[in-house]
Amino acid sequence: MRDTKQPKNDDSKSLAGRLVFLAVAMFGFGFLLVPIYDAFCEITGLGGKTNSIAATEVATEVEQDREINLEFVTTVNQYAPWEFHSQVKEMTVHPGGMYEAIFIARNLTDEVKIAQAVPSVAPQIAAKHFRKLECFCFTSQEFAPGEEKEMPVRFIVDSDLPDYIDTITLSYTFFDTARITDNSAVEHGTSHVTR
Amino acid sequence: MSATVADTHAEHEHHGPVAGWRRWLYATNHKDIGTMYLILSLIMFFVGGVMALIIRTELFSPGLQFVNPAFFNQMTTMHALIMVFGAVMPAFVGLANWMVPLMIGAPDMALPRMNNWSFWILPVAFAMLASTLFMPGGAPASGWTMYPPLVLQTGDAFPFLIFSVHLLGISSIMGAINIIVTIVNMRAPDMSLLKMPMFVWTWLITAYLLLAVMPVLAGAVTMLLTDQFFGTSFFLAAGGGDPVMFQHIFWFFGHPEVYIMILPAFGVVSEIIPTFSRKPLFGHDSMVYAASSIAFLSFIVWAHHMFTTGMPLTGQLFFMFATMLIAVPTGVKVFNWTATMWRGAMSFETPMLFALAFLFLFTIGGFSGLMLAIVPADIQYHDSYFVVAHFHYVLVPGSVFAVMAAVYYWMPKWTGHYYDERMGKLHFWLSTIFVNVTFFPMHFLGLAGMPRRIPDYSTQFADFNSIASIGAIGFGLSQLLFAYNVIQCVRKKGSTATDAVWDQPQGLEWTVPSPAPYHTFETPPTSSVKTTFS
Repeated sequence: MRDTKQPKNDDSKSLAGRLVFLAVAMFGFGFLLVPIYDAFCEITGLGGKTNSIAATEVATEVEQDREINLEFVTTVNQYAPWEFHSQVKEMTVHPGGMYEAIFIARNLTDEVKIAQAVPSVAPQIAAKHFRKLECFCFTSQEFAPGEEKEMPVRFIVDSDLPDYIDTITLSYTFFDTARITDNSAVEHGTSHVTR
Repeated sequence: MSATVADTHAEHEHHGPVAGWRRWLYATNHKDIGTMYLILSLIMFFVGGVMALIIRTELFSPGLQFVNPAFFNQMTTMHALIMVFGAVMPAFVGLANWMVPLMIGAPDMALPRMNNWSFWILPVAFAMLASTLFMPGGAPASGWTMYPPLVLQTGDAFPFLIFSVHLLGISSIMGAINIIVTIVNMRAPDMSLLKMPMFVWTWLITAYLLLAVMPVLAGAVTMLLTDQFFGTSFFLAAGGGDPVMFQHIFWFFGHPEVYIMILPAFGVVSEIIPTFSRKPLFGHDSMVYAASSIAFLSFIVWAHHMFTTGMPLTGQLFFMFATMLIAVPTGVKVFNWTATMWRGAMSFETPMLFALAFLFLFTIGGFSGLMLAIVPADIQYHDSYFVVAHFHYVLVPGSVFAVMAAVYYWMPKWTGHYYDERMGKLHFWLSTIFVNVTFFPMHFLGLAGMPRRIPDYSTQFADFNSIASIGAIGFGLSQLLFAYNVIQCVRKKGSTATDAVWDQPQGLEWTVPSPAPYHTFETPPTSSVKTTFS
């Protein structure tokens, strides 16, 4: 009986080994979901994320007879001590034309603060047709105590924006980046704050 | 000479359990470990139940009466974590430990020492989780789904929450590996895969689900941990992360998890209904394929938990239809159980009563699940008491009733004595009435717009909440009957059970004596397939 059981034990060990490997692989797969998710959102434009680096300027024809209503929404994250608003609440733009909008932020504390604005576009499908040439959201912004800054966004709404979209909402949320330390610009800022 | 060797060998092999605490702490016997799992599960069921009663007491009437909102949120979170990971999952693992070797004619689990580990990690994990109740900032209060950024506001409890989830995951993974290896390698010689009993089949599928998704949960909570303490930004928007991504990763685990909690219940019911209908299970093979289809579909429906996060129409349609597709294999199972009873010589002992209540009430939970799958409806129902009603219908009269049915069904085999049948029936009727009094009004509350996870509510919700609270207290007290009945049975107070226990039940577990000896099937059974039904 012993002898007939012996090969079964070996089978058990090798099967258990393969199953452990499966578990470890699935742990890795959980982390792999992060780049997959990012790539998926970038390709499809889902999630309302706009480009995070400046888009190159291309001369496109301005569609003078099509008007898009652009609305601005500004939010300050719960723990961020800022005043933050856009200069105008909305503007009318023509697809293909280049425009500039000004956002104004003021540091309400008497400390140096680093802010990061995170953009989002609604409807989501408009996100990849909203190309920013320059944006204060590309890098984090340093504010002296009580400093107020005017920050520009220059953008083009692509002419291939789907026909049924007549309103685009551009939203910015302002975060205090003191707890984010993985980006060198911010790291500099954090040490500044602690000093 | 060979005879003497065989004798000493036999003496050595047939020893009983060691005396005292060593039997339990160093346990490698599948029956001992199964017993410990079931006891842990019963204790956790009452701990989670007390938390549920705190919730329902607060919700008895509008306004804040007994607890503050922060503590209320801790109770909802801890109730869910304890019931999911402490009551339902260990109960099914305990049943698997006890019954899988008996049902396939194996002497023990394939990896007994790992089995010991996977059990003993659990009390440590729950001690750690329970200790968070006494920490500054209190226990986790962000819901069992642990969504960031809210969960990152948890106080000192946060790392303890993460590590206890890690431990629970490791325990489940080791348990799953053990069950797969046992089923694959240790079946009786003539038991082919398709001849396996349904409980064994559903556990094999469940174990693969566990292996596939528990590591993903471990990864998700690890990301929460590094976001909080090591400067990563997986889920922090300020650093380029995305909190919605957590929901995707969590529900990639979370949806298969709900089938992890119900597939073994399907297996239990598939054992009980044939016995008390005195007919073989109708459509055994189609049951196997249905369970496998459910398991496969569970991986491609996760985003139906997230319809309100914003999703393109094509995504909503895909997840809606994929979710509704699950109703097909589930319907196969429900109709097969019904067909098993058709023209059967039915009798209604306590396990059968629980199995029948499972069939009715789980189906109600399944139907409300279909309603939730409809995207435009879900946007209304999302985060309302309708959702609470739905998942409690599939988990309480679903999973929990199946566990109770299984305990009543197999307990005479475990202890050698019958439980008190009259008390069992009383327990059944009280539980079934009160579970409906508790959870049915929640459908109406949800449709009327009452949000979940809120300690206070508008006065128009008062009547149904009072009814639900009365039901909850009744349900909680009824379970004391269950505990008493189990304890009396373990203390051998009932009449002596025969080896077959029931009237000609099918399966190898009924061929061993009652109570099942400490070691069984040391030589594989000669014929694994009994055909006593004619």
